[in-house]
Amino acid sequence: MNAPRLLLSKPWIWSFVATITVWIITVLFTGGASSLGLSQAALTFAAFSVIVGIGQMFVITLGPGNIDLSVPATMTLSGTLALKLMDVQDSMIVVGLLLSVLLGTVLGIGNYALIKLLRIPPIIATLSMSFIVQSTAIWANRGLRIKPPEVLASFTTSSLFGIPNVAIVALALSAIAWLLLEKSIYGRWISAIGQSTFAARMTGIPVDGTRLVTYMLCAVLASICGYLLASFSGGAALNMGAEYLLMSIAVVVIGGTAVAGGNSNIPGIWGASLFMFLVVSMLNTYGFGAGFRLILTGLIIIAVILMAGGRQSTR
Amino acid sequence: MKLSSGTLRLIIPAVSLALLLAAVFYMQPRAMSYTGLNLLFNLAVPIALATVAQMLIMAVNDLDLSMGTFVSFCACVTATFLQASPAMGVLIFLGAIAAYAAMGMIIHVRELPSIVVTLGMSFFWGGLAVLMLPSPGGEAPGWVRWLMTSKPPFVPMAIVASVVIAAVTHFLIMRSSFGVLIRGVGGNFRSVERAGWSVIRIRAATYALAALFAVLSGIALVGLTTSADANIALRYTLLSIAGVILGGGEFVGGRVSPIGAVIGALTLALAGSFLSFMRISPDWQIGAQGAILIVVLALRLFLNRLERREKIQ
Repeated sequence: MNAPRLLLSKPWIWSFVATITVWIITVLFTGGASSLGLSQAALTFAAFSVIVGIGQMFVITLGPGNIDLSVPATMTLSGTLALKLMDVQDSMIVVGLLLSVLLGTVLGIGNYALIKLLRIPPIIATLSMSFIVQSTAIWANRGLRIKPPEVLASFTTSSLFGIPNVAIVALALSAIAWLLLEKSIYGRWISAIGQSTFAARMTGIPVDGTRLVTYMLCAVLASICGYLLASFSGGAALNMGAEYLLMSIAVVVIGGTAVAGGNSNIPGIWGASLFMFLVVSMLNTYGFGAGFRLILTGLIIIAVILMAGGRQSTR
Repeated sequence: MKLSSGTLRLIIPAVSLALLLAAVFYMQPRAMSYTGLNLLFNLAVPIALATVAQMLIMAVNDLDLSMGTFVSFCACVTATFLQASPAMGVLIFLGAIAAYAAMGMIIHVRELPSIVVTLGMSFFWGGLAVLMLPSPGGEAPGWVRWLMTSKPPFVPMAIVASVVIAAVTHFLIMRSSFGVLIRGVGGNFRSVERAGWSVIRIRAATYALAALFAVLSGIALVGLTTSADANIALRYTLLSIAGVILGGGEFVGGRVSPIGAVIGALTLALAGSFLSFMRISPDWQIGAQGAILIVVLALRLFLNRLERREKIQ
């Protein structure tokens, strides 16, 4: 009796309800033939949104105005540089990953340096940063499209016990993020900063250090996502990160994280990522054109927010 | 002479624009002519209108992430319906403005984050634009084309238009009682409410006014390009936000400056020309734009510090 009510009070439950509804509708339309393929595709593509979404969620948790717009550029540059360094050699896979992580760390520090030293709002600081990063990626991407190493390519495209490998990686990263957020002092700190930066500073929380680490974390996750996505799609493309700008923000918000900061949740990101992919594939199955698909996607996003938002105001 | 903080707020963007313009003239003295100026600032008019629209939304502490797609949508309507059957086009624009007003009300009543609602709306407008013009095309109405390419004596059209936009919005936002209410909602909406005003109406009116400026931006853009495309103005979302900030506006608190916003838009438009004069390789064009943005903001910080030091003494 108590369990369902407890479940309903969770902010992330609605994204899962919506996801399951859309899944059932799509599968019913195709007569159940596509249920396994659809679920696997959804898990694969949701995994990429989840990885960038978690990073964006940490940043958004820091409070009003905190957002990282450099996610797509970071993904592109990381994918490009890592593939270039690995140069189709299987022995370089780990080195490539390390390069991605290092790149993310540097870009995160750069982002926060701009925010802190120039006192620019994060939205403008990360935007200017993304211009520079994107240019570097264009410069680095010159020449032939480089393929990922064989082993890495087959790892990202295959699955274990029916679950895609990238989804397992995303799940592991989510678990780490959940531990960080719920069980570590760092997680308490970012929530405290998001609720009131002034109060957090007064209680002796190292506000600047925590914010720096958060922007680094977001950039590193975007880098890892770019590394995986470039390997998954058989090479880095300059526009590979483009759709993840809106996607990373959308999954965070639909997932029930408070946009004003100070309150975040990770299960919701999974629900929202699966939901976003399934909506598009549902509209595809029904044979809608690109225009109608976009209109319906927009209306569905707003409808979900309206349902979820009403709950918040009564609380 | 004592300068008010509002004037100081304007000096910084104006100085950045003057410096950039001086650099362009230094590198390419032939730009210092009627035609040169017209070419430099031509595309600034639609950007300035979109920046003013974004500024209105930011004045009530919101942010419109659908600005780019909405201006694209308006451009598509201009190139198709407004050209073929003007009455229908005007009707669609009125509908779009009403939709913006409704969006403002929903955001206010349900206390929703504007970023997310406008994010959803950006898909909606983008979809409508794709339905209207699946491939680039359409044609600019004759009068729009005439207006945007007309050559007034002495001063190019782009400059005249920018001055008119700045003057009109300055009067509207800084001098009229409605403007005070808009900025009041951004500053402290509870006190506006307690003073007996309906905040929901003010927000709806602000959104409608912003939509009107965005519609004008779309029309002006088609007047320059002569045809439209569903993705024609996607970068306006970020350009308009950057323009407001460059012009001395703030994200919260209703602290905006219409003249500054127009200057910010001109600076961004000029930055593009500046880079092509510098003969920077196309690879680095976007990156250099980011660098200019950072330099201008650093300049602003430096001048702000200077101002504060003077106050202390």
